Amino acid sequence: MIGAITALLVCQLAGEILTRALHLPVPGPVIGMVILFMALLARRKPAPETLGGTADALLGNLGLLFVPAGVGVVLFLPVLARDWAPLSLAILAGTLAAIAATGRIAQALLPKEALLPKDDP
Amino acid sequence: MTPLAEIWVYLAQEPLAALTATLLAWLAALRVHAWCGRHPLANPVLIAVVLLAGGLLAAGIDYRAYFSGAQFVHFLLGPATVALAVPLYRQFALVRRSALAATASIILGGAFAALAGIGIALALDAAPEVVASLAPRSVTTPVAMGIAERIGGLPSLTAVVVILSGIVGAALGPVVLDWAGVRDWRARGIAIGTASHGIGTARALSVNATAGAFSGLAMGLNALATALLLPLLWGLLAQ
Repeated sequence: MIGAITALLVCQLAGEILTRALHLPVPGPVIGMVILFMALLARRKPAPETLGGTADALLGNLGLLFVPAGVGVVLFLPVLARDWAPLSLAILAGTLAAIAATGRIAQALLPKEALLPKDDP
Repeated sequence: MTPLAEIWVYLAQEPLAALTATLLAWLAALRVHAWCGRHPLANPVLIAVVLLAGGLLAAGIDYRAYFSGAQFVHFLLGPATVALAVPLYRQFALVRRSALAATASIILGGAFAALAGIGIALALDAAPEVVASLAPRSVTTPVAMGIAERIGGLPSLTAVVVILSGIVGAALGPVVLDWAGVRDWRARGIAIGTASHGIGTARALSVNATAGAFSGLAMGLNALATALLLPLLWGLLAQ
């Protein structure tokens, strides 16, 4: 498990260094995700079991990791109270319209799959 | 100082209490989510944030004091983002067959999400810095904050708007996708990941492995596309 965590941190660190060195517009962890993906592709084998287990444990509680930043909403209650109409409408209607539009576009463009996996996990 | 006050000072200063409260709120939120039959509206992120924000306001605790403890959880966001490569790799055969269509949908959907936010905010006469803070709302927080800064928004307001958009997408997105008749798990994942970044991806991963992989892919690609294109688009619109 420590090996898997170290692998994740090494990829993130490499990503952070690359974004700064090359002035990339994407944050380090996203570049780290690309690096890990490339490394998995290069091995041409299924993902190592310990890495898979660690990734599943982290991603199984991904929502928890957004909670501390989300509680930061308390700092913006005055702004939210002042501009509540455009903020709530853009967040609610804008996001939901974007989800419906993106889903329809994707469903129209994607090649049909004969065997889509059902609810597996 | 009374013993009770001493204990309070200890709890308020040490990271232990904030960290424990965050985990307890999350466990309570998962319990409520399970009670509600895992309905998307009973989103655990939303429930935990409401519990903790209410607690901070009621107890008069400063957010910065809370965050000094909760940052240990926040830190794991980085490695977790890297870990999204694993589900993507497991689904790679499926992803590769639809790579071009997926990329096109993500770019079109990302542009639509940004324009919808800008359009609604402008129509309601929002202040220019509020419009600029709303424009990058559908991409993952660090990217959105960087974009907001470049186009004249308030990065900290953007962070809140991004998280609220993620919660809205995770809580109501599945319902909207049912209405819109989007039943393909790949398309559902792309829609949620494009509009609701990591919080949407967390929900997608918990429902279906294919949707989760495509949602992670959409989150990463939309972050890249929006970071490159939105400042250009903003420059054109401003003229």
